[in-house]
Amino acid sequence: MHAGRSVEGMGCSTVGVVVLVTGVARHLGARFAAEVRRRPGVDRVVGVDVQPPGLPVEEPDGPAAPYTFHQLDLRRPVLSRVLAEYQVDTVVHLSVSATGLGSTNRSAVKESNVIGTMQLLGACQKAPGVRRLVVKSTTGVYGSAPRDPAVFSERIQPKDPPGGGFAKDAAEVEGYVRGFARRRPDVAVTVLRFANILGPSADTPLGEYFSLPVLPTVLGYDPRLQFVHEDDAVAVLCRAADEPLPGTVNTGTFNVAGEGVLLLSQCARRLGRPTLPVLLPAVSWMAVLARQTRLVDVSPEQLRLLTHGRVVDTTRLRETFGYRPAFSTPEAFADFAASRGPGLLPPERLAAVTDRLSALLGPDGPAAVPDAVPNRPRRPRS
Amino acid sequence: MSAAAENVPGEAKVIPIESAPSWNSPDGPGLADRLAGAVGGALSGQLGPAATRMFGKGWEGRATERLAFLRRRLTGDYEVDEFGFDRELTEEVVLSLLRPLAEKYFRIDVQGIEHIPAEGGALIVANHSGTLPLDALMTQVVVHDHHPHRRHLRMLAADLVFVLPGVNELARKSGHTLACNEDAQALLERGEVVGVWPEGFKGIGKPFSERYKLQRFGRGGFVASALRAKVPIVPCSIVGAEETYPMIGNVKTLARLLGLPYVPVTPTFPWLGPLGMLPLPTKWTIRFGEPIATDGYPAEAADDPMLVFDLADEVRETIQHTLYHLLVQRRSVFF
Repeated sequence: MHAGRSVEGMGCSTVGVVVLVTGVARHLGARFAAEVRRRPGVDRVVGVDVQPPGLPVEEPDGPAAPYTFHQLDLRRPVLSRVLAEYQVDTVVHLSVSATGLGSTNRSAVKESNVIGTMQLLGACQKAPGVRRLVVKSTTGVYGSAPRDPAVFSERIQPKDPPGGGFAKDAAEVEGYVRGFARRRPDVAVTVLRFANILGPSADTPLGEYFSLPVLPTVLGYDPRLQFVHEDDAVAVLCRAADEPLPGTVNTGTFNVAGEGVLLLSQCARRLGRPTLPVLLPAVSWMAVLARQTRLVDVSPEQLRLLTHGRVVDTTRLRETFGYRPAFSTPEAFADFAASRGPGLLPPERLAAVTDRLSALLGPDGPAAVPDAVPNRPRRPRS
Repeated sequence: MSAAAENVPGEAKVIPIESAPSWNSPDGPGLADRLAGAVGGALSGQLGPAATRMFGKGWEGRATERLAFLRRRLTGDYEVDEFGFDRELTEEVVLSLLRPLAEKYFRIDVQGIEHIPAEGGALIVANHSGTLPLDALMTQVVVHDHHPHRRHLRMLAADLVFVLPGVNELARKSGHTLACNEDAQALLERGEVVGVWPEGFKGIGKPFSERYKLQRFGRGGFVASALRAKVPIVPCSIVGAEETYPMIGNVKTLARLLGLPYVPVTPTFPWLGPLGMLPLPTKWTIRFGEPIATDGYPAEAADDPMLVFDLADEVRETIQHTLYHLLVQRRSVFF
């Protein structure tokens, strides 16, 4: 539904590209596979995942057939066959994820992330046809700690790296990818560190948190958060999977986040959801309880994010990679908020109360006040 | 200010958001209507003239401004920068709360504010003292209030600040960040005025007997940051903060237990309980010295340890001499 807006910079220089996408059963993977299939020059898209895609990929107007799906477990060495069979030249690895498909068992998720990547890289190393590798990572590799710099650039080594969970998986995956890049210097390798992806239909753990009627927060902390809209995420992946545009470089490591920062308190107010500040130990305890009752999946690293926050520098994305996200962080959040129902304290209603009060103060007061309050940007600039 | 104003036609347009649900619930007037009606009725009655008598003329205008501020806060309609600096909150709340302390309590005499550039980055380096970082907060107030361009001082704070709940939130919202090279350089390159207290805990937690003796200036990282960003260094000398909480003892065991750098004992704390937390009403002087230019050095100067140490020493000497100079001029600690 947002496809028309997100696809830009469709410059394509190669003909007959075969793209292999892992993790197509998930929302982002499915959207990327559909998007990249529409791009000129892409001959075939092969999607692999452990289970068939939940939502069928529809192609209402495109002449292209949907991608070829292969159900396989990345942890088993069967990918080489697929790579050889379709003569794949671009591999887009999207299956490194915080949550498992179907299983929430942490060790199974870790195995699928890390062992899966190792198998994938091993297969790629043996496949002479592979020319390009794109890996989806997370800004979680920087961790969230009070003793780290406020803004992470790609070069900063965090003092307090993530000690476990998905972020550690991603850090390990990045390590293996660096090793692969050394062994296969002829392959263009791109690592994209995404901030939390939000969108009207993206179902991420943070999205689940923001759907709670009352948001538990950590007392005494107001973390800075950054989001990237899923349209931008798909567009960045498409760019990375393609030849670089003139004057830009699309290999290397890039932070991907919308411009600007929102505080958690700000997010809650814009959503119209009341917050419930809780002492840090009690929050940890609540998170464990919520996990066990399968109410919401709040991982310890997500809890750290919601305590200390994290902001990354996106200068390299804009200047070297040559992509300026269409949605800023507030805009991405607004688009997400619009897709959720109104909270218990809708901002419109609060605004109406104050406006009504100031209207009562009559023409003596600055009459322009209701107009002076800028409308929040709900739509992207472009 | 009359109840008639309640029905001005223009007020319906203040719901600009397409997703806005109808705020008039179908069953009768909503809370907003009832509240507005009640307030309107009261104001058109006897309360209106009474309010004018009480708050003076033009109170409606001020109240409208406060309501607009309240509206922005309640709906989250404000911006913070990447470091979490909330300009509106800082100007409207934090500085307003600190201002009486600076103007009425410490009666700060500000000198040399013209040495802070009107625009572009600058690094203010100051002496640290007084057990609690009141000197840093007061410097923030005077830089904003006395500078013709109302510049905001972005301070580099110890990591303890960002570990403590509550404190970290306030520090980030008032524009401060962790004292590390990356953050310092990022702020300076954005053209911000950055404040640093290089003595750190050695300076602020030194015993009263060593007052106005500058401690070691760390590793001189602040000089390297200024050299890389090519911004001037403005030495700043603060007199009066040393005597706000004269530290005559330090409960080291308790400090270790609490993970704090020191637990002070002053003539009033902890003997008088919470009352002992009250700073002594000393008379302060804050003097900003001649800026030390760094743009004349080559790009690799920041990696030259000798140059960095020399510059750090120069800044330190300047501050120390200015302190002695100001102390000689001072008539009394309290006046």
